[in-house]
Amino acid sequence: MRAVVPVTERVDETPSTVTLRFPYSAAADPGQFVMVWLPGDDELPVSLSYTDGPSKGVTIKAMGATSRHALSIRTGARVGIRGPYGNRFDLSPRKVLVVSGGSGAAVLAPAAERACGSGSSVTVALGATRAPELLFKERFRAMGARVEVATDDGSEGVKGFVTALAERLLASERFDVVWTCGPEVMMKKVIAAASPRSVPVFCSMERHMKCALGMCDACALGPYHVCVDGPVFPAAKLEGLSDFGAFHRDSSGRRVPL
Amino acid sequence: MAELAVRCAGLELRNPFLLASGIWGESGESLAGAWKAGAGGVITKSIGSLPRAGYPNPTVETYERWGLLNAMGLPNPGIDEYPREIEIARRSGATVIGSVFGGSPEEFAHLAVRMAATGVVALELNLSCPHAEGYGTEIGGTPEDVEKVVRAVTQKVALPVIAKITPNTADAAALALAAQRGGAAAVSAINTLRAIAIDVHLQRPVLAHGLGGLSGPAIKPVGLACVWQIFEKVKIPIIGVGGIASAQDALEYVMAGARALEVGTQVTFDGVAVFGRLVRELSALLDELGFARLEDAVGVAHRASSVPPG
Repeated sequence: MRAVVPVTERVDETPSTVTLRFPYSAAADPGQFVMVWLPGDDELPVSLSYTDGPSKGVTIKAMGATSRHALSIRTGARVGIRGPYGNRFDLSPRKVLVVSGGSGAAVLAPAAERACGSGSSVTVALGATRAPELLFKERFRAMGARVEVATDDGSEGVKGFVTALAERLLASERFDVVWTCGPEVMMKKVIAAASPRSVPVFCSMERHMKCALGMCDACALGPYHVCVDGPVFPAAKLEGLSDFGAFHRDSSGRRVPL
Repeated sequence: MAELAVRCAGLELRNPFLLASGIWGESGESLAGAWKAGAGGVITKSIGSLPRAGYPNPTVETYERWGLLNAMGLPNPGIDEYPREIEIARRSGATVIGSVFGGSPEEFAHLAVRMAATGVVALELNLSCPHAEGYGTEIGGTPEDVEKVVRAVTQKVALPVIAKITPNTADAAALALAAQRGGAAAVSAINTLRAIAIDVHLQRPVLAHGLGGLSGPAIKPVGLACVWQIFEKVKIPIIGVGGIASAQDALEYVMAGARALEVGTQVTFDGVAVFGRLVRELSALLDELGFARLEDAVGVAHRASSVPPG
């Protein structure tokens, strides 16, 4: 079920995120995730930040003990990969607004890359707490996307939340769709800005995962399971859920505030 | 059209297919979802006294569509938090059976009382959890312990009590007999088979906990053998579980002696749509074989001449 593969490349993207590249030939599309096993440690769900070709990649942000461990992985180390799992972004819209908060850029960059590659127009509202945490800014520029930056502390781009930047962009231009990933409260605000303008929004969601197969309920989100019904969810599915932007389940399954 | 409604352990079930414990059972909305998809009843996740995170990942390994190995470690939100989820499930109209586990007869009894108060229609005792004093052995591993646990529970609650029998034993029928002596209304057989997977590149077990439980189609012949042997020894009804993927699998269990069934691993492979499919297919199969009611097929395989007693 799992492939044990060597890490072939390691890139320190920001002080808190690292990209690990590895050989993995299974076909994958933007939005999908893999379960990454750090032998002797844990196995966690990580969206693919590089989906195309025989070499895939994940970009991991240091959050808990295991993801911090991931930051110390050197090239040549072996990891276990299973997947890809989950659904994908619909890449057909021609004019896309990408709203990215922090490490959310890891999910959105491969989607934007495919969209730019097929001739769609992509605008990226790229947000982070401060300049060094802006993830994949050069990658977004290199693919031909128009990039606007917002940092909480004003160290780069406009000072303020990326949601305010997104609102300004939505007010001034007509987009076919918004793709967003970041803290859940942020995505909820993006929906609040886009829905009244009848612009559909797709959010990449995350929850604790154990099986990633739709069996164990660890990633239950209302009537859905993030591992099989997501991670990409349309706003229409999320807006009615009392848990969205408010609660998730901890590893025991207790419903706790985000 | 054959009648699929069954009466088992004092419960009226609209069809014999129950959602097995451990699948989709952490959230009330998931339990409701399985009910709406056509399950005859839903069994909750096994709930303990305290919230439990379970073992670290990796917690699962799959073998194509014929097996699933899990070492989840009984993650559950604990009996204080869980009633909220049962309430959500019950509001959907679901027939909910509460599963509990404990490390001692006293803990089982305490949990049984708490679970009975949530409005579930029956209890299922997960006897494959570790014995508090047994250094990892299953609490339901000996007839003595099974009888003690079941008796401690049935003395405290009026609801039907179902004892889930482990296959990790030389004599499943003896365990089932002990449950009957303890006052169980029914037994369910089987829980998962003790198993392990090794990664030869990393030279270590695949699952974080090492040993786990095997489920899915691979264990069906073992589950059937346990039901077969139990049927010969006990009077109380049997709920068959282990690798049911088709109506034919279900009917094998019924003909071996089961009155109702649980489906778990197949939900992983097919989603909860499996319940609708199994109901349709079983109805058609019974029609084809000339059974007017599923109940008419219970244990019929034992009547064939010259089958030696198990």
